[in-house]
Amino acid sequence: MSTTEPLERRAAITGIGQSAIGRRLGRSELDLTLDACLDAVADAGLTRDDIDGLATYPGMGTGTPGFAGPTTPEVQDALRLSLDWHDGGGEGPGQMRALIAACLAVGAGLARHVLVYRTVTESTAQGSGSRQGIGGDGGGSGSVPRFSGFLQWTLPFGAVSAVNWLAMVAQRRIHEFGLTRDQLGQIALNARRNAGLNPTAIYREPMDLEAYLSARMISTPLGLFDCDAPSDGSTAFVVSHCDYAPDAPRPACHVNAVGTALRGRPSWDQFDDMTTMAARDAAASMWERTELTPADVDVAQLYDGFSILAMVWIEALGFCGRGEGGPFVEGGSAIALDGVLPLNTAGGQLSGGRLHGFGLIHEACVQLRGEGGDRQVTRPGGRPPEVAAVSNGGGPIAGSLLLTRGAG
Amino acid sequence: MTADGPSIRLLPRLEPDNEFFWTSGADGRLRFLRCQDCRSFIHPPYPRCPFCISADVAVEPVSGRATLVAHTVNVHAWIPGSEPYIIGLVAIEEQEDVRLTTNLVGVDPDDVATGMALEVVFEQNDDVYLPLFRPADGSAS
Repeated sequence: MSTTEPLERRAAITGIGQSAIGRRLGRSELDLTLDACLDAVADAGLTRDDIDGLATYPGMGTGTPGFAGPTTPEVQDALRLSLDWHDGGGEGPGQMRALIAACLAVGAGLARHVLVYRTVTESTAQGSGSRQGIGGDGGGSGSVPRFSGFLQWTLPFGAVSAVNWLAMVAQRRIHEFGLTRDQLGQIALNARRNAGLNPTAIYREPMDLEAYLSARMISTPLGLFDCDAPSDGSTAFVVSHCDYAPDAPRPACHVNAVGTALRGRPSWDQFDDMTTMAARDAAASMWERTELTPADVDVAQLYDGFSILAMVWIEALGFCGRGEGGPFVEGGSAIALDGVLPLNTAGGQLSGGRLHGFGLIHEACVQLRGEGGDRQVTRPGGRPPEVAAVSNGGGPIAGSLLLTRGAG
Repeated sequence: MTADGPSIRLLPRLEPDNEFFWTSGADGRLRFLRCQDCRSFIHPPYPRCPFCISADVAVEPVSGRATLVAHTVNVHAWIPGSEPYIIGLVAIEEQEDVRLTTNLVGVDPDDVATGMALEVVFEQNDDVYLPLFRPADGSAS
């Protein structure tokens, strides 16, 4: 714990917003984004004139069709915002890098109310056939594109998807820790149970362990239901200076600490510990910045682009010991809404839909604000949740966040 | 038995810094950059040794032997027409923090074991020699 108060503690999420969420909505990314942004601004009790900062992940020209969402210049112009600070980019502590940057901007006085958004239209992009997969840039003698950078080390061997890289993380955990598919399946079953209580979730029909285990294999040991659901949707937040929190119409979610470290090698195949990767570093750096401990966390929204990632995060954040994630989730009771660690209460990305990290941050706020409806967590003794842990990213990309209801 | 890899090999673009690696198998040897001062192997190739920051780096052959760190059988046909194939992550015998993503060949998935001894075998595609790995001589079928 450093002697000066972490700068991010001057920030609070005072407004949250979301567009329609679904499969192949067929609406433009800017259309969805404006819905979410206007929703968040109104939720914060503000107008467009109050917004003086804008941030997104990942920004311009990144990734496959439907992945990046609109740029900050597009959103700034569409809403005619007058900005003192703006930021977009894909390199940093996971998808939440945009939110963390906004917290620091507010803490540094560069802006007072920052609008932060993340938009995906991958479902529509895939459905229209315009998704090209990982793009190459020529250079070979034939018609097949050639690849540079990190992809040159994996694509020639058919390791073309994050599921391949994370399948090896899961296999290594089976080897080192005795993880079983029954245990891993609890992450997916828990997500599906919670999605059934979330009207906006993508997959809401009940699923049992047999259905999980019998789903088609993608890359051993990961099957179809270990993979999240490509979706269309936009999520937005207003990150304000915390002195606005008392004036906000809804309970503010105060930022207690962020986890941003990347101390190992920034690589899917060269990171020193295959079983944890960058989640280990982000989580450690977050706990170094707070007096709170894992035992204080009332609800956890942990990145589950693949089931194995949520398990990695459970351990990395210290909710159980290293290698003990399998036994911890076994049977599912520990991570249920009434368990010791209510996990991914809106269905996560596995069943709620891949809003790419931001859906998890949104749900953390919903829970802290007590707006979860049928899925609202109540802690022992009947008290509402006060501390939420959120994580984004997997492999060599990781960020984490502690939010509290009430300041400090 | 699985396929040796995907139905279409997506290939690296040869550039000044990586050409030695991807063409090394022409004579059957696997090579890496090696620091001539601290003797560390360097991968991916960089202009300086990331351990001691020496700029005196040179290409050197290695034994081609490696151990298996992790693996997966890819089943989904990302590349149309692909049959299941084994993706492996291997660490070279000379230095355990030098790893390669590769395909395991000449071995049934049921016989693959983390930590097993492997040896390199090259598959030529156009001007690229992909380093694949098979069980080290006599250790499996």
